[in-house]
Amino acid sequence: MTLKANNLQKEVIIISLVEMKNIKKKFGSVTALRGVNLEVGENEVVGLLGDNGAGKSTLIKILSGVMPPTEGEIYIHGKKIYPGEYSVNKARELGIETVYQEKALGEKQPIWRNIFIGRHITNRFGFIDVDKVKQESQKIMREIMGLTGEGASPESRVSTLSGGERQGIAIGRAMYFDADLVILDEPTMALSLKEVDKVLKFIQKIKDSGKSCVYISHNITNVYPVSDRFVSLDRGEKVGEYLKDECSLEELNEALILATERKIG
Amino acid sequence: MNNKIKEFTRRHSLEIGLIVITILVWIVFIITSPRTFLSPKIYRTFMSTVPFVGLLALGLTFVLAIGEIDLSFPSTMAVGGMCFGLAFAATNSIVLGILAAMAGGFVVGLINGILVTKVGMPSIVATLGMMFFLRGFVTLSTDGSAISLRALGDHMLYPVFSGTFLTIPMQTVWFLFLSVFLGFILYRHQFGDNVLFVGDNSHTADLMGISVSKTKIAVFIIMGMLAALSGTMDVFRLRTWWPTQGQGYFMTAFATVFVGGTSMKGGQGTVFGTFVAAFLIGSLEAGIVAAGLAGFWTQLIYGLIIVVSVSIHTNLRRLGIT
Repeated sequence: MTLKANNLQKEVIIISLVEMKNIKKKFGSVTALRGVNLEVGENEVVGLLGDNGAGKSTLIKILSGVMPPTEGEIYIHGKKIYPGEYSVNKARELGIETVYQEKALGEKQPIWRNIFIGRHITNRFGFIDVDKVKQESQKIMREIMGLTGEGASPESRVSTLSGGERQGIAIGRAMYFDADLVILDEPTMALSLKEVDKVLKFIQKIKDSGKSCVYISHNITNVYPVSDRFVSLDRGEKVGEYLKDECSLEELNEALILATERKIG
Repeated sequence: MNNKIKEFTRRHSLEIGLIVITILVWIVFIITSPRTFLSPKIYRTFMSTVPFVGLLALGLTFVLAIGEIDLSFPSTMAVGGMCFGLAFAATNSIVLGILAAMAGGFVVGLINGILVTKVGMPSIVATLGMMFFLRGFVTLSTDGSAISLRALGDHMLYPVFSGTFLTIPMQTVWFLFLSVFLGFILYRHQFGDNVLFVGDNSHTADLMGISVSKTKIAVFIIMGMLAALSGTMDVFRLRTWWPTQGQGYFMTAFATVFVGGTSMKGGQGTVFGTFVAAFLIGSLEAGIVAAGLAGFWTQLIYGLIIVVSVSIHTNLRRLGIT
């Protein structure tokens, strides 16, 4: 996002938090992304919209280091990312945390292992400081997830938790590690209304703390109130971009339907 | 405090159940053959024979925890024993012999791991192939004949795997040390945590930045090296290596892991259970024979113990208790 501030008579360059340019991804003969651009600014919530199979999940899996793009460039904090050096761990190092649609939890494992999966607090020999990890888990459960009272122990296995509580762990985990950008992939799917409300509050919290968020969903009514900007994908292409200040929920809805219909016709 | 005890019992009901079964079996043995089971001699025998199966079961615990299986370990045991035997016969050095055995186990584990992760074979098929291949390999390499290692008994370092420490046979000292060490690795180390997650849900592990392939390869290497160590210790005991080494251990090693409480489904494994079950399974045959029952009873009672204990474990797990 390069902005020229003419009134100051000098050029101010605002570097985007994330910039993805002309991203293409092929799985064998199937093309999932056909050259998508995506930008996320500092302290911005971007709603990424599109039907199933539009390529939303693929795009964010590339951004979060799970898979490399077939083609295209990625810049994070203005620095170019080279696919060979990029990974999930590298993405986290750069402040990108992802809450996956599939929650990415180990069902048979206790909550504390799930929160610190892959990056436990360890001594220099790699042994886990279990007391510390459990303590921090308890804190995350209480302060971020709002889980209190009975049955909420870091020792509880994920298989005993409700859908909302699972989502809470996935989000709590992302929030705890102090990310600059939190990506949420369909975070409200299969949740009760009350739980959806909780998730939306999480996103507001991210925004309020000065961080950025990419919120992926095909439910516009959920995305609309918390987002600053919307990007819509359809069959691997970006088909629209809208600022919330410039369009109402109804207008956005219509624009999205038009965008997809135009392609079919 | 009362709550803490309750919580502890609930969380460790699987281990407690196993200890209860073991003590019951033990009491039955003491009643049926008091002369044998009230003298320390039989326990010293157990302590020098059980660890061979125990080490194999320890490796299998990791392999099952990561959601894979290894059928090749009896042959890997023979590879380890052979590597030790050949290296010792050539150099008269126990250190070099052990290094050779460990290298042999490492290579076997590495190949298994690569076949499963990089080539993408199901582990049951890959390790079945390796089981036959390695058995053929050791038989061909030695022309099917045994390696006699009588000089081993005179070596200064011989007691390392064969002596006693405070009257405890060294085999059990090693088994205990490795069980404690690997227990800490599985439950208290980042690597063990990765193993549990890969076994629980490898897709999750992948999304959260754990290298599924590397973790699996490492686990197959641990299995290979433990099997090779077991083979080496076996050679120490008998001071000879023979090409069919390890063949009797296949079923007992599996029985040990399952009775111990490790599930076949991955994501869970108990080193403590394996340790206790090794002695339970390892004492059955002696107990049955000492009780005056015919050898035919052995398999029946083995089967009974496996079915009963695993059905208890399965139900505890289904109730979400453990």
